[in-house]
Amino acid sequence: MFSKKVRSRIFFLVTLFVISIAIIFVIFRSLEENVVYFFSPTEIYNKTDVSYDQKIRIGGLVKENSVIKESSSINFIITDLKKEIIVSYKGLVPNLFSEGKGVVAEGKLRDKKYFVADKILAKHDENYMPPEVSKALENSNN
Amino acid sequence: MLKSLFPNKILSLTNAKINVLVAFLIAVLIIGLLYSLIISPADYIQGDSVRIMYVHVPASFIALVCFGLIGVASICNLVFKIKFMPLLAKSLAPIGCTFTLISIVTGSLWGKPTWGTWWVWDARLTSMLVLLIFYITYILTWKVIDNFEKANKISSIIGILGSFNLPVIKYSVDWWNTLHQPSSITLTSMPTIHHTMLIPLVIMFLGMIMYSVIIFLIRYKTEVIKLKINKKKNFK
Repeated sequence: MFSKKVRSRIFFLVTLFVISIAIIFVIFRSLEENVVYFFSPTEIYNKTDVSYDQKIRIGGLVKENSVIKESSSINFIITDLKKEIIVSYKGLVPNLFSEGKGVVAEGKLRDKKYFVADKILAKHDENYMPPEVSKALENSNN
Repeated sequence: MLKSLFPNKILSLTNAKINVLVAFLIAVLIIGLLYSLIISPADYIQGDSVRIMYVHVPASFIALVCFGLIGVASICNLVFKIKFMPLLAKSLAPIGCTFTLISIVTGSLWGKPTWGTWWVWDARLTSMLVLLIFYITYILTWKVIDNFEKANKISSIIGILGSFNLPVIKYSVDWWNTLHQPSSITLTSMPTIHHTMLIPLVIMFLGMIMYSVIIFLIRYKTEVIKLKINKKKNFK
């Protein structure tokens, strides 16, 4: 179908493809820990090599009715609906931080159930809607 | 339709034809911007910063599609030696590069009020930065290397290598935990964007794609003319 020249070029390209995919696969396998931006509470729970001196990020939902605000600090629970971690943080949280919404906390683990954060990021989900629709949805759920 | 991209056909694209396209583009953009900036509602949590999405999402889409096309053109170029493939790819690169930059900047502007940070090194943002670097190296190859055949080969290899990054960008939000949210519009399920916001997004998509096509046609025509002039020079 193709001339010999074209066939040899296709062969070269396919080899390049296979090798690149193999390399990328190896890179991502070795980077796995770093590619993951944050750990969920369940992943922390299952982790055997938890480090307590290294900065890590954990993420999940802010548990409903778990936020306790004091003058300069805030305590709340991050949950992935299976496991939970208590987070304590000094400073201002982003505007979008609220109960039931996604959050990522950066800081250090004290133990597997307690986390001291020095940075809080709000995580937005893929849902976009006007306020009226959100209210209507809430009413129909209740 | 693809036949009209043959070097001799593109020369029949006169300025008058381009002006008609530009008139259409302006109309679509005005409607799109009015709809997205004024008529469409604010988001229930993000408020008005949701309006950044109407530029951010189409820009990111075009950035990815442009590089995908560059990748395909690069393969056709290396394997089948089709003469006008490098011209196609070369004309696409600055468009994709600009939209990558727009995507990163608008994303950053959105990230500050929403996440509380301009930039994070999560998989989606980092892979998008890698795409920008690929675009820049691709464009630089053509600029720096004077020999056409040499530049053609090296840039094609960059185009193919960079294409591997595209699925990583697309699926980064599904494969790993990222701060960036997953896609709202997918082929398999209903969009999770309310229709009052989906309509302006679709119009903006249309407008920005039209813009890219027009710029591409103009650039491509210029490249073809340049090649023809060079050929004539070489004959003399």
